[in-house]
Amino acid sequence: MSTAAVVIAGCAVTTFAIKAAGPVALGGRELPDWFTGVVALLAPALLTALVVTHALAEGQHLRVGADTAGVLAGGLVVWRTGSIIGCVLVAAAVTAGLRAA
Amino acid sequence: MAARSVRCKAAAVTLAEPVDRRTRLLEGVRAGVPFGIAACFVSLSFGVLAQDAGFSPTAAIVMSVIVFAGSAQFAAIAIVGSGGAALAAVGAAALINSRFLVMGIALAPSLPGGRLRRALQGQAIVDASWALASRGDGTFDRWLLFGSTAVQYVGWVAGTVAGALGGEALGDPARLGLDAVFPAFFVGLLVSELRDWRSRGVAALGGLIALALVPISPPGVPVLAASVAALVGLTRSARTAARARP
Repeated sequence: MSTAAVVIAGCAVTTFAIKAAGPVALGGRELPDWFTGVVALLAPALLTALVVTHALAEGQHLRVGADTAGVLAGGLVVWRTGSIIGCVLVAAAVTAGLRAA
Repeated sequence: MAARSVRCKAAAVTLAEPVDRRTRLLEGVRAGVPFGIAACFVSLSFGVLAQDAGFSPTAAIVMSVIVFAGSAQFAAIAIVGSGGAALAAVGAAALINSRFLVMGIALAPSLPGGRLRRALQGQAIVDASWALASRGDGTFDRWLLFGSTAVQYVGWVAGTVAGALGGEALGDPARLGLDAVFPAFFVGLLVSELRDWRSRGVAALGGLIALALVPISPPGVPVLAASVAALVGLTRSARTAARARP
């Protein structure tokens, strides 16, 4: 098999297994109290981590780029207006504008 | 007349669940459309970059169809493109996807059915849908998840096809600022999650953990490790707050 075929098959199998593991092991049960408390706070923790790793990192390097400024501008828009679409449009426009400048 | 109204009521009762299901699914589709459009633009650049890494257009498209994991796919082709081994590429992709393990554990109690059915339902986990479907009380709206993921899947595959077959003509997606689209969406979702001082504290802690780990760990680990911040939820007051939410 070519490298591409091995990589694709390997990624498909591991991704399936990773997404299936939790639901297979823990599905259809009552929520213990402590579990609910942790799960309710997972979204803010993971979303913030996704934001900073997308906007402030490139591989293993921390960096500030045009997209960092764009995401910051988008954040201001959603914070002031509540519009997610506005946030995204402003983020892309600011990033593109800074790169063109 | 009376008999008819009774029959109607019975019909309404049996229909209630599927109708509600369809409503939730459609709501998910609607909520997922902007993410689907964004996924389409991002996967356009995946289609182009995959060929630079030595993948044929067909290979790039097949990968998006059967893997469907954005940042993991980019990481894998980047490693192959720079001469890395297939195993290293698969390992890096698995690490980047490791956050789905945490998301799957969180989602599990909200999924009905046997093991196989739950495993298949778990495939609908992607960042934006998972966050959209989270009700904030520890449970998830699975139909909202399915609807929102379906649109993103269509967008992701369509963009890959366009990028793989004709992407060179479209130029560099980074010039259009499209790499800022996903983090900006995550910021938008995050703002609605910051309900109280506790969730703000957890968000700040999660962000700090991720930033601290970026320079010293392989990509994927920082986001996975950030989930540790949610253990603040083990405190009694956090549990009460989660239960009290509507």
